[in-house]
Formats: sequence, structure tokens, C-alpha cells
Amino acid sequence: MNLEIILHAGLATGTILLFAAIGEILAERSGVLNLGVEGMMLLGAMTGFSVSLATGNPWLGVAMAMLAAGILSLAHAVVTVSFQADQVVSGLSLTFLGTGLALVLGNGLTGQNAALIPNYDIAGLAAIPFIGPVFFKDHSPLVYVGYVFAPLVWFYIEKTRPGLHLRAVGEKPVAADTMGVNVYALRYFYVFVGGCLAGLAGATISLSVSPGWYSAQTTSGQGWIAIGLVIFAQWNPLQAALGGYLFGALRRAILDLQGPPTLLGFTNPLYINSNFGFFLQMTPYLLTILALVIGSRQAMRKRLGAPAALGEPYIRGERGL
Amino acid sequence: MALPITVSVEKRTEDAPRWMPAATSVGAVVLAFVVSGVVLWLIGVNPFQVYGFFWRATFGSWAAFSDTMVKATPLILVGLACTVAFKMKLWNIGAEGQFYMGAFFASLVVLAPLLPTDSPPAIVIPAMMIMGMVGGAVWGFFPGVLKARFGVNEIITTLMLNYVAVLWNNFWIFDRWSDAGFQMTPTFARNAWLPRLSDYARTYPIFSGITLHLGVIFGLLAAVLVWWVLHRSRWGYEIRLIGDNPQAARYAGINIARNIILVMMFSGALAGLAGMSEISGVVHRLQERISPGYGFTGIIVAWLAKLNPFGVILVSILFGALIVAGREVQPSGIAQMIQGFVLFAVISSDVLLRYKIRLVRNVGRPATAGETA
Repeated sequence: MNLEIILHAGLATGTILLFAAIGEILAERSGVLNLGVEGMMLLGAMTGFSVSLATGNPWLGVAMAMLAAGILSLAHAVVTVSFQADQVVSGLSLTFLGTGLALVLGNGLTGQNAALIPNYDIAGLAAIPFIGPVFFKDHSPLVYVGYVFAPLVWFYIEKTRPGLHLRAVGEKPVAADTMGVNVYALRYFYVFVGGCLAGLAGATISLSVSPGWYSAQTTSGQGWIAIGLVIFAQWNPLQAALGGYLFGALRRAILDLQGPPTLLGFTNPLYINSNFGFFLQMTPYLLTILALVIGSRQAMRKRLGAPAALGEPYIRGERGL
Repeated sequence: MALPITVSVEKRTEDAPRWMPAATSVGAVVLAFVVSGVVLWLIGVNPFQVYGFFWRATFGSWAAFSDTMVKATPLILVGLACTVAFKMKLWNIGAEGQFYMGAFFASLVVLAPLLPTDSPPAIVIPAMMIMGMVGGAVWGFFPGVLKARFGVNEIITTLMLNYVAVLWNNFWIFDRWSDAGFQMTPTFARNAWLPRLSDYARTYPIFSGITLHLGVIFGLLAAVLVWWVLHRSRWGYEIRLIGDNPQAARYAGINIARNIILVMMFSGALAGLAGMSEISGVVHRLQERISPGYGFTGIIVAWLAKLNPFGVILVSILFGALIVAGREVQPSGIAQMIQGFVLFAVISSDVLLRYKIRLVRNVGRPATAGETA
């Protein structure tokens, strides 16, 4: 139980949730709910690992993971944006399809050793006491990318012109269309970007944070936690980053709780009977629900958060929002 | 330059012909198998060999067909659970967890034990059925209340509760009910087993080795019940109205919050009964992985059946076959991939029900500005 270690691990695993949740935020801010994150992440994790194994270049693996998951997400875009099918059902199918494809194509990858992304220190900053070892020492470059990425996306959405178009398409597609913004093209684009980021999240797992290919266990439901995080974060990339890190740290703290024989002077029940660990393992899922309850109550009180056109197909020429 | 043929897409003004929904579903399934076959061929697996194997393992003999029906049984119940919820546009993705909680509550009857161990089956089996349904309903109640009271998205809550249910069961299997340290409970006594056809093999030799159990009757009766509730009862009318037009339902004075909770509990109870039927009819104990994802497959089943309770039975048989075949074929995941393609093909084909798509020949007609652009 060492706070420094827990926070360090939290930043590493939180980066996975950060990429996936920010991708989902971009898709949802454009009005498209994509529940296929888990499937896209798994396909990304498999593709990244497999490409790195074949070429010896983990960065090529990351690029291909993003591309593969992005292409998969286009299936969702076609079905929901062009065919105006139900986004919930289509997203669920995407999870099935992505999971199935990843398992079939990833057959035989378990137990293999691919080239991985090495960890780095940030020279200078790593020497700061406490902050240095937690934030700037022995992290994957993807973790450092995450530090910069979340504020950049926030700035893009809230302060730039393309970001304004993105928000318009998700809030009032009719008005956006009247202004000359191509609603369909933008929705396709942001679903694709969301897919790429889910793929990046998957590759972050398989090539960096907990490397290897363990079939469906590779992601073990983190895609769904990322979707919950979006609501918890009120569709704000900065809050999503914080939430992701918090969740990551909690996961690690739960693991570490099983180690010591005594806790605060009491005998540690987990040390005596490790089966009590099943209850601890429930906490990330229960916390997601708790986070949703808090998030939903705030959203109801403030009447903000969810993009107004989220889940609604846009049909040009029909009366809409 | 004008193309010789253009595709004209018009919105249907009248309902699609009655045969079309079924035809598009069948077409979508066929298309999904073709696309999956291409994927298999690309990774160097002979799709004809795989599909030939699929057929022999699932419909090739009476014993094979019985295996398929045994797998179809939980799917029918779980598919009906999803049908009820989806009719109200309530996205219960938690049938998997409700299935596990149904199995756990039903096990309580035998392992707690709630009844004397020498009770006759006529008492033990109904008690297990009721407890199974209670377990599923409890697991549906929580997300229902959270949605009705706080507007919490039920997709995420039901999904998270799936993981919680599996971990909860694991605690009992690994710890309290563990059979001599193994990760399973002791085998239930015979009075907790659902009757199987093979039990009658002494009188009717044809039934020898046929593992089909009474649970399939639960599934068929439940289909009739769900059909009656949805299409013949006042409650079903409320459910369908809320699903089609919540605004109108609110103006009509229907209590939406109460219906959310009740429907989630009804849906959960059906999934819980599936869990009971599985442990009492097939595995005869509580153990890990009693479901290879029935709860999730039920979602596809319900959608592919176009939320028609009798359609659920047919689709469940197809998917039961996929599970039986997928268990024995490598690489694993083939069945899941086919399911994904099927679902995508089906929801894409819905566009045919809403739009008329025709090919228009442009011979001898000058191209208009719109076509050249």
C-alpha cells in the first residue's frame, strides 16, 4: 500500500479509459451514441499486438490498431447515420462483431511476445519529489500523450470553429445544416475518430500497460466503463481524463489491499481468505453505477450535459429538433 | 455523363408488404453466413468444411438436434426477457446477470437449504422456479428503480450488474458452497433435477441419450404468455404505447416510472427462470460459466425475431445451433463473429422496410442536372 505506486499505476491504466472515453465523447457530441467501444477496443488491442508481432514495430501496431477500429466504427456510422437505424442496437452489434472478429483473427496470439512500447522518464521533471515519480517517471509515452491530449480536445471542442460545428451538429442538426455544415459528413468523421481512439485505447493495453493478448480478457469490460465515464464526465474531456485516472488508481488500490496481513491495526480479512477479493473486484462496477447516479442527478438539476440530438438520426428535409 | 441505371430511394408511404420483415431477416442471416465465410476463407479456413461441420453437429441426428434444443431453451427465455424490455425501448443488457442471479436464488432452495432435503420434486422444482424468477426480478429491480427515480441510463447499470452477479456467484462457488475445494457446488440431489427425455429411455428406447429437459416447455409456455401480455392485455398496451410514443403515453395518464420498474422485473424474472432451468435441467449444480453469454445472445435473438415472441423460438433454435457448433470448432469466436454479422445485416436490412429502393433505367433520356452532379 504505497500511494506513490497506486497513483503511478492509476495514471497508466487510466490512460486506457482516457482515450476510449474521449473518443466516445467526440462521437456523442456529434449526436451519435456508439456502444461498440468494447468491441472496437478489443479489435484494436488484437491488431496492435499482431502487427507489432509481425513487423517488430510497436508504433506501426498502434497506427494499425487505430485504423482497424476506425474502419470497424464506420459500420456503425453507415447503419446509424445513413440508414437511420437504432443507435443502441447497432452499437451492441458492433461490440459483438468487434469481439468476434478479434477472437477469430487473434487466434494463436496468446502467449506470443511482440515488441512493446518502452517506458520513458521525462528528463528534469522526473526529479521533482513525489510529483516526478508519479507523473513523469517510467511511463509509457502514450501516458504523456494523454496529459496533453485531454486539454487539447477540450480546447478544440469549446474554443475552435470546427469544434463549434461539432457541437452544432450534436445539439441542433437542422440549424447546422441551414448554416451549410454537412451533418452527415461530420457525424461519419467523428464516429470514425471515436473508433480510432478506441483502437488506440486497445493498443495502449496490449502493447504498453498490460502487454499481451488474452482473448476477451484483454479489455475485460473497460470499454463499458469508458462509456459510463462519459456520462460521469458530463461529456467534458478534462473530467473524463480525471475520472479515468481516478478509476485506474482505485483498481490498483483494490489489488494492493490483498497484500498486507494487517490493515490499520486490524487483521486483513483478504489476507486470511482471498475469496473476499470477489467483493472488492465488484467495486469498479458498483462505482461506475454510483458515478452514473451522481452524474445523472447533476445533469437533471443543471439541465445540461447530454447533447440534445444524441441518439436521434438526422433526416434531411424532415421536421426535427 | 449519365449512368445507364440510377438507384431511386423513396420513403415508403404505406407499410411494407407483410412478407417483407421475415424475408429481410432470412436474407440477412444468409448474407451474414456468406460474409463470415469470406472472412474464414481469408484466414485460410475452408468455410464449406466449417459449415458442413456446423450442420452435422446441430441438425444431423436426433441426438444432435436435442443438443441444439437444450442450448435453445435458455435463449428462448432470455430472448423473451429482452423482447419484453425492448418493446418499451428499455435497454436491458443485464439478462446475463439476471440469469446468474436466477441460478443463485434457485440454488438457495437446495443448498441453503430452504426446503427439507427429502422433499418431493413436485415441491422442490416449483420452489426453484419461483426463486429463480425472484432472483432475476431483484436484479432487474435495481436498474429499474435507478432509471425511474434518477433517470440513470439502464444500459450501463444493467451491464455493470452483470459483472457483479458473476463475482457474487463466484464467491459462493469458490468459498461457501465449494465442493471439497473445487470451484463448483456439490451435485444437486435428484429431486432438484428437471425431468429429461432420457429418463424415460427404459420405456421408450428411442429416448436414450436425449438430454432434452422440461425447461423447453417453460420456454414455449413463456412465449405464449409474453405474446398474450404484450398483445392482448391492458398492461401490454401500455408497454407498447410507452415504447412507441412516450409523450402520448404520458398524456394518456400512464405511469411510466412504475412501468419501467415492473417491466425490468418481468424481464429479469424471465432471464432468472432461464438460469434456474439451466442449473436444474443441465448442469445440476452451481458452477462457473454456466452461461456462454446467453444473456447477450438473447439481445440478438430478440432483435432478429423483430420482437415477436414466436419468432424468438425460431431464432433461438438457430442460435442454439450456433452455440453447439461454435463450442467444437476452432478458432473460437467464429460463432460470435457470425452473430455480429447477422445482427448488423438485420438492422441494415430494416432500411428496406422503410424505403423503396428501385433501379431506374435511363435509356434515351437526357441526364438532368441532378444526375450528372
